[in-house]
Amino acid sequence: MDVSLQQTSAMDVKPPVTSVGVLGWVRQNLFNGPLNSILTIVVVLVLVRIVPPLFKWALVDSLWTSSGAACKATTGACWSVLTHNARFILFGFYPHDQQWRPLCCVILIVGLFLYTRSPNRWSKGLAIAWGVSLVAMGILMPGGVLGLQPVEPGQWSGISLTLLLSLFGLTVAYPLGVILALGRRSRLPAIKAMSVLYIELIRGVPLISMLFMASVMFPLFLPEGITVNKILRAQAAIILFTAAYIAEVVRGGLQAVPRGQYEAAESLGLDYYQKMRLIILPQALKIVIPPTVGILVSAFKDTSLVVIIGLFDLLKTTQVTLSNPEWMGFSTEAFLFIAVLYFLGCFSMSSFSRRLEKALAR
Amino acid sequence: MKLLKRLALVVVVCLLVAPALARGGETLDAVKARGHLLVGVNGALFGFGMPDEKGVWRGLDVDTARAVAAAVFADPEKVKFVTLTTQTRFTALQSKEIDLLCRNATRTLTRETDLGLNFVSANYYDGQGFLIPKKLGVKSAKELNGASVCVLPGTTTEQNAADFFRSTKMTMKPVVIEQNTELNQAFFGGRCDVLTSDASQLAGIRAVAPQPDDYVILPEIISKEPLCPVVRHGDDQWRDIVDFCVLAMVAAEDLGVNSKNVDEMLKSADPNIQRFLGVTPGNGKALGLDEKWAYNIVKMVGNYGEVFERNVGEKTKLGIKRGLNAQWKDGGLMYAPPFK
Repeated sequence: MDVSLQQTSAMDVKPPVTSVGVLGWVRQNLFNGPLNSILTIVVVLVLVRIVPPLFKWALVDSLWTSSGAACKATTGACWSVLTHNARFILFGFYPHDQQWRPLCCVILIVGLFLYTRSPNRWSKGLAIAWGVSLVAMGILMPGGVLGLQPVEPGQWSGISLTLLLSLFGLTVAYPLGVILALGRRSRLPAIKAMSVLYIELIRGVPLISMLFMASVMFPLFLPEGITVNKILRAQAAIILFTAAYIAEVVRGGLQAVPRGQYEAAESLGLDYYQKMRLIILPQALKIVIPPTVGILVSAFKDTSLVVIIGLFDLLKTTQVTLSNPEWMGFSTEAFLFIAVLYFLGCFSMSSFSRRLEKALAR
Repeated sequence: MKLLKRLALVVVVCLLVAPALARGGETLDAVKARGHLLVGVNGALFGFGMPDEKGVWRGLDVDTARAVAAAVFADPEKVKFVTLTTQTRFTALQSKEIDLLCRNATRTLTRETDLGLNFVSANYYDGQGFLIPKKLGVKSAKELNGASVCVLPGTTTEQNAADFFRSTKMTMKPVVIEQNTELNQAFFGGRCDVLTSDASQLAGIRAVAPQPDDYVILPEIISKEPLCPVVRHGDDQWRDIVDFCVLAMVAAEDLGVNSKNVDEMLKSADPNIQRFLGVTPGNGKALGLDEKWAYNIVKMVGNYGEVFERNVGEKTKLGIKRGLNAQWKDGGLMYAPPFK
């Protein structure tokens, strides 16, 4: 058999132009059937109708540093509403000359979170870094030491408030939720009943009513002259609320761990705490990563509900800016900006969960 | 939410019944011991109570609070502002979270009695009006028969409009829209003929119209909205202090005293001005304040005219004329009793 001849002939005949290169890719992926061809054409048409005007509005005709009056004359986007009010939208009432402090805190939180996102970077050093930066934030935000001007919590607002409510809300709610889930599965009737009561009670009311309770009713029950900080009250409401939902998710995980695992742990002579810490929880929590992150993402978004009790989170500072007659009517631009910030927050959380799942599956 | 509100009300009323709550002089002592005033404000109402882009509070209600601080502490900055919503404003006062509420609250009979609140002299007389495009050629609200009216749902505004149309035997088509911004856009987009709201708000809405000159505010005011600072029942001294702080600004304008000439006025021969500024002592002692209290208000915050023009007057974005809020001599309702 003449092998070499066969080879040369195979090399001579090139594949048809329509099945390789750009054209081939387009044909294979976009026009590989009547339905897909129609869909492709429709999508392209829609994009052609939307993208150029959007581009023109957002970039070509837009104003970035003008006054509100100049914005009214233009047809483009008025990003000036953001550049002009950026410091109030981001930091609210925090004293103007001290705003480097919340800025540092925001950078610390975001930076550390981004670094922590890939689980292979996890180490003792990172845990210490988190601890140190939490202490640093605890000093930077309220001040009053190291010659820093004291700033009371009532003045914390904007993105720093949103991040603080989320960070502490989520990190405290998670362990609390795990404890509640264990309590609900407990064999001790009193603990079980209390956990069930708590979870069902909290899950039975919307977060808004919890926030109202915390801000309107709760102060009335306190003895005269004692007031608890409004932010703390809202924070507690968010924690209690989120914990109840996390408890139910974690309970699902606990039930998904096969009975054999419990029995195996017991036959090794492990006591309850060892069994849970070493055998059951590591498996259960791994199973429920996706729904847990779902709850954390929605809890992050729910922090914006504190608007209704008069706290100035990111959304509220934006709304206030928009009620200034000079900037009234540029809500599209401002809310787009807020939406992008929230998207970045939520998206990075879910991408974190995906990485975590992959790392743990290995 | 309605149930919650009612429940909160019941609790408020119960607390009020507790006799220990009402002791005179208590609030002033507490405020002095604390070193600053706690005042509930709106937080998002331009011209009345809203932070500017540097986070500094501005507005008529805010300046009223500063006047009280100037009288008590001789320092208008010794105020901490607490933002409150319409739902939380009165309970915050009852639970002693704040000493004073300056949040464009309308004085009504039931609020004064059922809620156990004391409304002091008004710092702004508002009323509901109509905003309408000029091209419709309507000169009076009486010509609005059959008009479609943009209005916020569930407010007294909606009820007032319905009452007005019924009492004048006209018909209206309400266009009810939940959000303020959307409401304005609907109106400017031509979805309704008329927009109705408080007159002070209409001025602001008109200011942000694409072409403000194409719109007019009709002369009729169909409701009475006296906006007053509010204190708790049961502390008469504190009520008097807040009341006369508001009135001192009005009286100062009446007497021709303002923040620029107040130091010269100290030498004035007019006995009324001498009493007012504490040159002739008496007023301060009667209120439990320093004799310089009114001087401090005028010097540090200004008289009513100055405060009005600075926050909502014709040179501001709102561009509101004095109208009902002019001095009694000029046909308005601002009338301060003698300071003696």
